[in-house]
Amino acid sequence: MNYLEKLGSVILTTSRQIVEVLALFFETLYWLIFGPLKNKFVKSESIFYQMVFAGAGSLIIAAFVAFFTGIVIAMQSAYQLARFGANIYVAPMVSVGLARELGPVLTALVVAGRVGAAITAEIGSMKVTEQVEALETMALNPIRFLVVPRFLALVVMLPCLVIFADMLGILGGFLVGVFSLHLDPYRYLTFSFKFMEWKDVWTGLIKSVAFAVVISMIGCYMGLKTKGGAEGVGKATTLSVVTSFILIILFDCIITGIFYFTQK
Amino acid sequence: MEKEVVIRADDVVKKFGDRAVLNGIKLDIYKGETFVIMGGSGCGKSTFLRHLIGALKPDSGKVFLLGKDLTLLSEDDMDKIRKKIGMSYQSAALFDSMTVGENVSLPLREHTKLDKSVIDIVVKMKLEMVGLRGFEDLMPSQLSGGMRKRVGLARAIAMDPEIVFYDEPTAGLDPIVAGVIDKLILDLSKKLSITSIVVTHDMKSVFSIADRVAMLYEGRVLEVGSPETIKNSKNPIVQQFIAGSPDGPVKFFQQKDDYLEHLIK
Repeated sequence: MNYLEKLGSVILTTSRQIVEVLALFFETLYWLIFGPLKNKFVKSESIFYQMVFAGAGSLIIAAFVAFFTGIVIAMQSAYQLARFGANIYVAPMVSVGLARELGPVLTALVVAGRVGAAITAEIGSMKVTEQVEALETMALNPIRFLVVPRFLALVVMLPCLVIFADMLGILGGFLVGVFSLHLDPYRYLTFSFKFMEWKDVWTGLIKSVAFAVVISMIGCYMGLKTKGGAEGVGKATTLSVVTSFILIILFDCIITGIFYFTQK
Repeated sequence: MEKEVVIRADDVVKKFGDRAVLNGIKLDIYKGETFVIMGGSGCGKSTFLRHLIGALKPDSGKVFLLGKDLTLLSEDDMDKIRKKIGMSYQSAALFDSMTVGENVSLPLREHTKLDKSVIDIVVKMKLEMVGLRGFEDLMPSQLSGGMRKRVGLARAIAMDPEIVFYDEPTAGLDPIVAGVIDKLILDLSKKLSITSIVVTHDMKSVFSIADRVAMLYEGRVLEVGSPETIKNSKNPIVQQFIAGSPDGPVKFFQQKDDYLEHLIK
């Protein structure tokens, strides 16, 4: 009975949290759409500040991860493809794999760890030091003031990061192909893009937009729900990153599934 | 002359879980007065203050602020009221990512169409009032506790509010700064005829600033009146609180079980 009770309470808490995150998401969209009409849109400098932090600030680490991932895929696939004498197929392996899957997912995981954690920690400590309440008392809606700029910054910047990550990953694979497998550089690049369709790129970008929504919403939600001082901020931050990671993988599976089954 | 009621609490009840923090509070606060709410830690004073500014909603009862029933207002109408009030927080609640000047000017930048040069002048005036002109470009983390509180106060009065709420304005400050803040509260209410609601348990400041005092105890209003009537109150709880004596009807010990039994259990 005790276990049953626990299971029930976990299910109830989880479903309540899902409803609350969705409510936060719709309220964010409300302010995005109706904020400008009410002449109460977010200040542009605050959006730019978040964009620089989330986008430009994550560029090096996202590029680093993608570059070495490209190298690893090239080496791993060469190991298999060499048996068939099909070394040249390393090129599409790297480019398609990155554009469809690894570029968006790895970049999203990096950004969740860096930006999502920062969002939760910042909003969470604002919450426990009464700053969020102070905003409300000044008739400044915390969602418009804190959530919308972070949401917008991530939704714009994450796809941009993914494009950079894709290119850097392809470069990593190219270096392996040319210098280790001794493939012709021109032929390598032709093969890279011959097998990569536009669809591969834009499905990857759609994924990255969905991941940006997940990271910003979870980050802001956990931040706004923080209570219990410094310890609470730490817990909220951990929970935010873990939840984002799980949801990114889950959404990746769902979106890939949708594309896979609808193209038949 | 009939005094204008700006705040009316009507039978406000609030429960956190099973514990009733506010147990039917009834209060009227008049325009232009300095009203002090005092009481021991955990008696519900800060919770009550949060009901008055609409940050919390009562489980039952009504709160009227400037003639509007806060329990029925839409978020937009609530925002209109919020622009007419200021709140000075116990922890100052300054925005860490903004300078002192940006903190004070934030409500002006967001709610008015004033030119930046005008806003700069207003910010300097407000900071002058709290004795911190010239500190505009510092970050809150570079300030002492007392200075942060004064900046919080400058921010609270930035929009020239009709009512200012103070949550423990002098707690944790040295006596001189506490005296300065008390004088500031008095100045604001006398010169600008702002209604001030001060939550505190600093007895010295209660008797130097209050027009009327309410003593809260266990979520109820125990006694309301001028500082004189409170001072001469026959109620032993009020007397114990003013004298700060450990012996009296209010027990410091809040344990329910027997000490000896608890030790050997």
